[in-house]
Amino acid sequence: MSAITIRNLWKEYDERVVLERINLEIEPRAFVALVGPSGCGKTTFLRMLLSEEVPTRGEITIDGKPIAGEPTAERGVVFQRYSVFPHLTVLGNVLLGLEFERGGFFARLFGAARAKAIAEAREMLACVGLAEHEKKYPAQLSGGMQQRLALAQALIRKPKVLLLDEPFGALDPGIRGEIHALMRRLWNEEEITVVMVTHDLAEAFGLATRVIAFERPRFDPVDGDRYGAVIKQDIEVWPRRIAGQASPHKTPPAAPPLAPSSETAPGRDDPAIPAGLGRDDLALQA
Amino acid sequence: MRAINRQPRRGTRALLAVLPFVIVAILYLIGSALRLADNPTDKLLPALSSFADTIDRMALSEDPRTGDVIWWLDTGASLVRLFVALSISTLISLCLGIAIGLLPHVKALMGAFVGVFSMVPPLAVLPILFIVLGLGEASKITLIVIGLAPVMIRDLALRTEELPTQQLIKAQTLGASTFGIVQRVVLPQILPRLLDSLRLSLGPAWLFLIAAEAIASESGLGYRIFLVRRYLAMDVILPYVAWITLLAFLMDLGLRRVQSLAFPWFAAARTA
Repeated sequence: MSAITIRNLWKEYDERVVLERINLEIEPRAFVALVGPSGCGKTTFLRMLLSEEVPTRGEITIDGKPIAGEPTAERGVVFQRYSVFPHLTVLGNVLLGLEFERGGFFARLFGAARAKAIAEAREMLACVGLAEHEKKYPAQLSGGMQQRLALAQALIRKPKVLLLDEPFGALDPGIRGEIHALMRRLWNEEEITVVMVTHDLAEAFGLATRVIAFERPRFDPVDGDRYGAVIKQDIEVWPRRIAGQASPHKTPPAAPPLAPSSETAPGRDDPAIPAGLGRDDLALQA
Repeated sequence: MRAINRQPRRGTRALLAVLPFVIVAILYLIGSALRLADNPTDKLLPALSSFADTIDRMALSEDPRTGDVIWWLDTGASLVRLFVALSISTLISLCLGIAIGLLPHVKALMGAFVGVFSMVPPLAVLPILFIVLGLGEASKITLIVIGLAPVMIRDLALRTEELPTQQLIKAQTLGASTFGIVQRVVLPQILPRLLDSLRLSLGPAWLFLIAAEAIASESGLGYRIFLVRRYLAMDVILPYVAWITLLAFLMDLGLRRVQSLAFPWFAAARTA
């Protein structure tokens, strides 16, 4: 739960200006979606929030303090691909954050500390609906399940800010719907500020409290890279979404409180869902 | 049906795999029989019976002069050298490879040096090794290490660099230190790739071993082959070559098994 302030941010690569004059105040617990055409610098912007890239000018602060020069545990991240570790099981992937936090130099936990961490990791896995898959390796999971695992892995360290880089872009529409519902619920339950890069406008308006569009407004016909992208639109999504409260305009609410395994709308291809419960299942038609 | 779409059946597949071996054996037997019919004292292509005699003399009975069983003495000496050299190469390449692949400062320091060093022809420095380290085990093991380590270092450094940047960023957002990343993220993913590297290095390892043993040694498989060469003793050389081949093949098979047993996630992750 943290405010992010961006002051007069510029990013240039040699002669190429990617972003210019970015000023932004993100209030605590906001869900900001960054949209814009390809190459407009929205991913570069996210990388700077992550400290993977250094701004050429300007500064980024979280709760008034400038962000560290390298990625830290206060900013969690989910990428479109390669977010989870292929050599660890589902449980191991979630456990790893706790082992880095409490395991000291060797990043390993033993005995009671390990048992406690495992219990926490299992709780997190149940929360994203992966409880019965904890022994599998990521390669054995579907794309949607891998991204749910990536969310669980990022959230176990309780980051102040969660950064999402087109996290659901590679998923099938049905699976995407499920994970949107999960994302909405996690944002409501966890104390996080979310910044998400997406190229899907429906996704942006469906999830976010605020949609920010980047665009290059000026074009120099001699040197196309002379001007960078700026914030072109800053739209507050209406009706207003407030974290921790169900939207008053939606009946029934998007994520009805069901049993943990079916809290996300079940899809027909998800092996996590037993037969007879899937959305398109013939058994439900009657 | 196109040839690319025609799949052999199970039995056919096994038969096809055995076929080249059978053909080579048959060709040898024919050649050997023809030459021996021509000249019963021919040494070039001995009959199977003389192989049996050799194996009986060298592998199953003690040498009357020294009391050693020469075959196993040679095998033991060669394998010890090989394993020591492979272990040292593995250790060096693992430490340096990961350091070069992960740490920009180490890469700046060692990258070019390893690149140049790996171009030194190992056999050309063999005389230097014999002069500096003497004719004992140290020079032979050093030769193999010089031959293997630079290539393995470069291989593992490349494999480390190939790990997706996202994984390293992700680990950092989970609060990992550099050492934490090395031993929880990089090392476990590099180990199965190390086994691949090791498998590919087995060929050169045997090459350097036999070269070193041929020049200065008192035992070892390579030593024996080059010793009996003077007497045109093909009945010893051919079984030794077959035995070396079998040992190398089994080592390769063993490494592959270890890879699939110890790293069950690797096969699926590699194709993903």
